[in-house]
Amino acid sequence: MSVTTAATPRTDSPRTESPASESTLQTLRRGLALSPELRWGLAGTLALALLATAGRVAVPVAVQLGIDHGIRAAGGPDMEVLTLIAAVTAGVLVVTVACTYLMNVRLYRVSETALAGLRARTFRHIHDLSMLHQQAERRGSLTSRVTSDIDQMSQFLQMGGMALIVNTGQLVIATAIMLIYSWQLTLVVYAAFAPLVWLVRHFQRRLGAAYSLVRRRVGTLLAAISESVVGAEVIRAYGVRERTRRRLDDAIERYRVAQFRALQISVFTFSAGELTAGLANAAVIVTGVLLGVDGDLTVGELTAFLFLVALFVQPVQIATEVLNEAQNAIAGWRRVLDIIDTAPDVADPGEAGRDLPPGPIGITFSHVHFAYPGGPEVLSDVDLTIPPRTRVAVVGQTGSGKSTFAKLLTRLMDPTRGEVRLAGIPLTDVRFSSLRRRVVMVPQDGFLFDDTVAANIRFANPDLSDDDLYLAFCELGLEDWLDSLPAGLRTQVGERGEALSVGERQLVALVRAYVANPDLLVLDEATSAVDPATEVRLARALDAVTRGRTTVAIAHRLSTAEAADEVIVMDKGRVVQRGPHAVLVAQQDSVYARLHASWLEQTRSS
Amino acid sequence: MTPRAVIARGLRVLGYAIREQPAIFAVAVLGSVLFGGMTVGSAYVVGAVIGQVVVPAFAENRVTVGALALGATAIFGVSVIRVVGIFGRRLGAGAMQYRLQASYRRRITRRYLELPLAWHRRHQTGTLLSNANSDVEAAFVPIAPLPFAVGTLVMLVGAVGAMYATDWVLALIGTAVFPAVFGLNVMYSRRMSPRATRAQRLRAELSAMAHESFDGALVIKTMGREAEETARFTARADQLRDALISMGRVRGLFDPIMDALPNLGTLLVLVLGGWRLSNGAISVQEVVSVAFLFTVLAFPVRAIGWVLGDLPRSVVGWERVQAVLAARGDTTYGERSLSGTGPVELTFDNVSFHYPANEAVDIADTDEDGERLGPPVLQNVSFTVPPGRTVALVGPTGSGKSTVAALAARLMDPQAGAVRLDGVDVRELSADALAATVALVPQIPFIFDDTIAGNVALDRTTPEGTPLAEDNQRVWDALRLAQADGFVAELPQGVATEVGERGTSLSGGQRQRLTLARALAGRPRLLILDDATSAVDPRVEAAILRGLRESDLSATVLVVAYRRATIALADEVVYLENGRVVAHGTHSELLARVPGYADLVTAYEQQEAERAYEQTLNEQRVGDMDEQDEVTA
Repeated sequence: MSVTTAATPRTDSPRTESPASESTLQTLRRGLALSPELRWGLAGTLALALLATAGRVAVPVAVQLGIDHGIRAAGGPDMEVLTLIAAVTAGVLVVTVACTYLMNVRLYRVSETALAGLRARTFRHIHDLSMLHQQAERRGSLTSRVTSDIDQMSQFLQMGGMALIVNTGQLVIATAIMLIYSWQLTLVVYAAFAPLVWLVRHFQRRLGAAYSLVRRRVGTLLAAISESVVGAEVIRAYGVRERTRRRLDDAIERYRVAQFRALQISVFTFSAGELTAGLANAAVIVTGVLLGVDGDLTVGELTAFLFLVALFVQPVQIATEVLNEAQNAIAGWRRVLDIIDTAPDVADPGEAGRDLPPGPIGITFSHVHFAYPGGPEVLSDVDLTIPPRTRVAVVGQTGSGKSTFAKLLTRLMDPTRGEVRLAGIPLTDVRFSSLRRRVVMVPQDGFLFDDTVAANIRFANPDLSDDDLYLAFCELGLEDWLDSLPAGLRTQVGERGEALSVGERQLVALVRAYVANPDLLVLDEATSAVDPATEVRLARALDAVTRGRTTVAIAHRLSTAEAADEVIVMDKGRVVQRGPHAVLVAQQDSVYARLHASWLEQTRSS
Repeated sequence: MTPRAVIARGLRVLGYAIREQPAIFAVAVLGSVLFGGMTVGSAYVVGAVIGQVVVPAFAENRVTVGALALGATAIFGVSVIRVVGIFGRRLGAGAMQYRLQASYRRRITRRYLELPLAWHRRHQTGTLLSNANSDVEAAFVPIAPLPFAVGTLVMLVGAVGAMYATDWVLALIGTAVFPAVFGLNVMYSRRMSPRATRAQRLRAELSAMAHESFDGALVIKTMGREAEETARFTARADQLRDALISMGRVRGLFDPIMDALPNLGTLLVLVLGGWRLSNGAISVQEVVSVAFLFTVLAFPVRAIGWVLGDLPRSVVGWERVQAVLAARGDTTYGERSLSGTGPVELTFDNVSFHYPANEAVDIADTDEDGERLGPPVLQNVSFTVPPGRTVALVGPTGSGKSTVAALAARLMDPQAGAVRLDGVDVRELSADALAATVALVPQIPFIFDDTIAGNVALDRTTPEGTPLAEDNQRVWDALRLAQADGFVAELPQGVATEVGERGTSLSGGQRQRLTLARALAGRPRLLILDDATSAVDPRVEAAILRGLRESDLSATVLVVAYRRATIALADEVVYLENGRVVAHGTHSELLARVPGYADLVTAYEQQEAERAYEQTLNEQRVGDMDEQDEVTA
């Protein structure tokens, strides 16, 4: 079944997409299963909808009765009958209004509550997906999973979903009454509408394609705008405004053309419905007159029938419009469901898992291999043990696999083969609540949230007072830097921390990791943009405060390696050397010796 | 803004829109009027067919084929004309809406390209994206139903007129019901307006929060803060839910009332029509026509409500769009270009620079435009890089080095002092002259969603006038000099390989080398490297630096650096601390004279020396203890 294949994460591509072949009905079933809240009080809402629909046919019936028994009553218009009919119908209308109101309120409350829940679940699930998954998707498209996709569903459920039910009801009731008045005329109406069904199906397919083109064009447009905004500096520095403008104009124009194309198809569909209505009316008049002449029909009945045809046309027209929107909403819903159905490949063992034992943490890699999906192996047969309380530096050229090593160690990814153990426990058995508290990694790009310095550090430990925060800066020897900020701890860091320099962002990220107080600290080139004096000062301070804990530092500045207890040298995905700096550097013509010679040349020569 | 003011402002926005696309609007309104006219007409045609064809036929039990055919044709004909109207109205409205959107998107994105970087720094990427996308869309949402609404107004006037022509009593019903429907619509949009604005704001906040959270997913994951983030998100999602439900209540009440009003009209027509009929004032046919009129008008009247209901959203969107269009402070370029070829002289003459004030920060100064300024980043910076020389800019983290680099490339202008190239103030140079002269390689590489060759060439042309991207020799030369030829050659399609959004398929070091190649390909006369090789391995960096020195690239170079090797490449060093030039001279002079500089560049040696010293101390201590042990033993 296609549902199950969609739920299984595929290995060839981390992107989440279900086969386009999944039918609308399958998506709806999958969606309802995931949002059981949508069924709350559905029976009551449907009952109200039925009453509300019944009210709609009241007026045509009143017109028929009014004409036949009031206006054209034998002996001139009968005012009493007319007044009675009007009064009863007005009463029915009032009840209809009340029922519709109640139905609407229930509908809005249930659907918005269900969708808010779905939003939150999707949001959480995106965070639970592995880093690989997250990186494979554009940030913008992840955001639209919890915003515009769900907004579209809400519109559809409220406008479309209920409209579809109400209008189907209206269609059924209109048909029933039409049958009561005249089965022949009803047949005529259905015959007139039959080709429309085929036509609408045909247009729907084309419309679906047109809308998916529109969505792709929006994606391109957003990417182009975002490139022009994020790359503003480079665009200016290289004087390539003209090129950027051309690309933007092109994306804007293509979007417009796609939108208009979709509209054209939609108008064609609508017009077909309109023409059919005209045809039906004309056919009803002709047939009605022929029947009436034979005495099978009264003038009132024929007039009422024309009203009923209008009642019949309306739901058909609304249905074609709703189906257009449904295409979009269903596609959005499918995208949301695909995210939710993607099982996180790096999953929290939860209750079944274990906590890391207290105390310092040792690390074991047993024959670990890793390859990105569809890529070559980037880590091969890494087999090593790092005893607790060791300070280890991992060095190697770009692409040697040292960052991958850090990601496997912190379980941002799982090895394709082999096993990583912390404190003797397989990493896959460690509860995330324990893992994330005890093991902290500082990535190279010190991502900061658009808030104050203090808030960014409290992210790791919300209970800290301002004094605690200041103390943390002091302990790392960064109080001078903090004092130089315009508003100290209250300084706003800007979007992604961009109000600070790259090096300053790394300082804040480091303090943030430090206050998390981990037993295993992993630094992935965490100070690559900091000046040497500050880096050395920081390294000393970190040394002092992390003494007795395990630290793994990925570095291409070899000063870190010189200070470490042990250096692990990686080359082309393999560990090629291990040992203290002094020993490794003495091994002539080794990878480390070459790296170190180049480092010396870089930092010492004058 | 009060709801009344919102409606007034929204109608003005519609006015601007109509003035921009008058022809297409006219088509749409014509279509709408045609549609409306035929809608009213259909009621009368039905009435006429009933009165002239059906009633006589039923009375005489005889069919006049001609009359019947005429009646049927009239009914179908009216439908055909209505469809023509629908085409005009909907395609016209759509074309107008989409053209306006495209036009304003072009205007906004042009502003993004013209506005200064200081302005960009003050605005979040997400906000700028939604200004160009959803705000533009929101501004012109009411355009879609506008022609329908205008046509409906015309139709209503026509319908009431037709009623008066039929019978004044029945016309009075129309005169009462239609204004009531209109009034109800106004009331609706006034109730809706504050709620819609609130929901829109909450939606934008939710979106910004989600975007940032996914951007920082790695930090959240490594710190295990998923539950707290979800709680933060859920709180906002719940606020949005409540706002949407509150909108739903209003809509849920008004919708059925608006449906019911015309129906009540029909019932009134029935009763009063019966009374007028008994007085002999009108015919059955006329009663039927007027009753039918109310039924067919019930739906179009809603269009007025759609327009009014969308106005608040439109106003909010329009104002955000206008804020971008009205933003000032464009970088204005001069007319001058630099004469000659070869390296240029770079001069900083008493340059001071502040970023615009951050709202959360109290300390503020104002510049001549009255804009609030933040604390100074650079103060009275003066130095000269003679043509062809290489100067290293050295200083601690946060001392203002990147700001100097950005000012030298004229990405920003200083509040005081001047930056000159060959003695010419950079503000007097044309944009082309500037781009041809200076190349900046930023600290964080920016890669376009294009091929390798496209990223290196960036649509520039060679001095011979041919596109740079087609000059394989120059592209490869630049890649080789940037030590990027190796990995590019290994890519499946070489320089024609697409690198994806932001170059995600490349590593950090590869991205840096690619941006360096981009700078070198333009053969700049002033090359600015802002710590541009931080993610590159020491050995690769050494090779790059050697290549630069040995190449025939004759450029003045300003390089932000920490590494000794990079500094060694420089003829002189400018040392910055806290935004001031503390010292200027050769490396050895500064090493001897400036303690801060010496600390910075010899940090690693000092560290090593200290470590060696500590080690000796430890060994001694251990030795001492051994001796003591021996003594006590």
